[in-house]
Amino acid sequence: MAEYKRASLLADSPSGYCPGCMHSLATKLIAEVIDELGQQDNSLNVISVGCSALNILYWGGDFLSVAHGRAPAAATGIKRVNPERLVFAYQGDGDLAAIGLAEIMSAANRGENFTVIFANNQTYGMTGGQMAPTTLIGQKTTTTVYGRDPATTGYPLKMCELISTLEAPRFVARYALNSPKGVNDARKGIKKAFQIQLAGKGFTFVELLTNCPTNWKLSPLDTLDYMNTNTIPYFKPGVYKDTEVDAK
Amino acid sequence: MGEKRFMKGNEAIAEAAVRGGCRFFAGYPITPQNEIPEYLSWRLPEVGGAYVQGESEVASVNMVYGASAMGVRAMTSSSGPGISLKAEGISYLAAAALPAVIVNISRGGPGLGSIQPAQSDYLQATKALGHGGFHCMVFAPASAQEAVDVLYDAWDYAERDRNPVLVLMDGCLGNIMEEVELPPMKELHDEDLPEWSLTRRNGRDWQGNITPIYTEPILEGLNAMAGEMYKGWEEDDVKVETFMTEDAEYVVVAYGIAARVAKEAVLTLRAEGVKIGLIRPITLFPYPKAAIRDLDYTQVKGIIDIEMTVPAQMREDIELQVMGRCPVYEYGRSGGCLLDDDGVLEAIREVLEGGEA
Repeated sequence: MAEYKRASLLADSPSGYCPGCMHSLATKLIAEVIDELGQQDNSLNVISVGCSALNILYWGGDFLSVAHGRAPAAATGIKRVNPERLVFAYQGDGDLAAIGLAEIMSAANRGENFTVIFANNQTYGMTGGQMAPTTLIGQKTTTTVYGRDPATTGYPLKMCELISTLEAPRFVARYALNSPKGVNDARKGIKKAFQIQLAGKGFTFVELLTNCPTNWKLSPLDTLDYMNTNTIPYFKPGVYKDTEVDAK
Repeated sequence: MGEKRFMKGNEAIAEAAVRGGCRFFAGYPITPQNEIPEYLSWRLPEVGGAYVQGESEVASVNMVYGASAMGVRAMTSSSGPGISLKAEGISYLAAAALPAVIVNISRGGPGLGSIQPAQSDYLQATKALGHGGFHCMVFAPASAQEAVDVLYDAWDYAERDRNPVLVLMDGCLGNIMEEVELPPMKELHDEDLPEWSLTRRNGRDWQGNITPIYTEPILEGLNAMAGEMYKGWEEDDVKVETFMTEDAEYVVVAYGIAARVAKEAVLTLRAEGVKIGLIRPITLFPYPKAAIRDLDYTQVKGIIDIEMTVPAQMREDIELQVMGRCPVYEYGRSGGCLLDDDGVLEAIREVLEGGEA
């Protein structure tokens, strides 16, 4: 039996994310994969804005904290001058799919050799639960109090689907963190993305469907059911692009 | 002796940046500065550097943010509308204490304005390059050669202060060709990378992190440190040219392209026996306060602020030093209309004759 240890790049302090929030889980998964790959000293976390920015407190490894939505641009600058480091950006849905839409699409299209991990919980958690670009149709938020109406706010953006239309990306996949299988698959997906990056092959994108018990106003357990009933049918988990496989 | 070349101002800036150690550039096309990214797109790879054409000004300045965090000398350039878009990133550079060089080859404004030259970004450059109350050193070269000298040393200031540096020139200086003497390539080695850089963790037992986010009371302390830094600039880093001011009864204050036109006017008037001189700020921030404050106001009858923008933007900085001891006049052209010798001369003559410039 392998010994279960705390991932070495998690800070010594306990996570201060809300109880049941999957940011803690996602952060732990990334740290565990970095341990598995022996990349503790070589990894660089590009920390975005939103609840994800709290990782400046919980991440024990090297990091660069950047402006809202701009993580793929900053990571581009990093990798172009230092191709050796394992660089990943951890971005939420507002950060990546609204204010940072140009940066993510352009970095993906250039095939920049870093990994973006996209935590999609369909809300602006940090600012108190406003509508996000991924908020589901009918979902109530503080700025869609009667539920998201596509007539005035359009439809939830499917980032894996969008990015997988581009030529350059090497690996594009979505996982849901509300089941043990989803968590295990996500861990494998993150590992694969990092391996592709370490081989210098190009852009990799891993979307993680996460939750927000606080702003969804559900208990942590109920968020798991909510995801099965509402989130997963719209944001279908799966591998959207994998040039490692496609090439065979 | 350096190498002599006949170069466009923009290209001279690009080559001097490379020789000053710049190894990363990201930018977005905008007139009248396009020769800078065009030149660096082929020149940087020649010296092992990297060039990226960003999807926007916003992305470009954030690419510079990332490269700078790795300890690499990084630069972006633009013109007024693009500098506005970079405002967020420049503020973040200042917050994260990251050195960088930003070049503004300015044009008429506000808004999309004109693509022709103007000095309409003085207030933006010196008072608020972005939100949150920070300053950058602002250099305003008046020739291709001076631009070369400024760019060559710009990262020395930026790295000393861990703060971005702005170079403000107008589209006229960026596009005229002049002879320049280029300095030798600065040799930079990996071991010279700043200690704070995130280049590698190996061999380092502390966590490398760079952040623009702080909480109180740390942020208040950093704000106060920045204030001390700005005071230090005023004491140590002011650059100004004073020309024929010793016996001057009238003093023209002008920077950049306006100063070159003004200097011609001063020489013409001196030949006629008029006691007139010129103060040319080379650093716009820190502003050369003493050069204006310490004039002999029993002798000086008037100060004439000449800028290629309307209304004049530097005037308040001048008036703060004159403190009402003599009248301050202004003359300018704007919106892409260039200052010319006759217009400037006529405006100064009006002041001399007791009229309003």
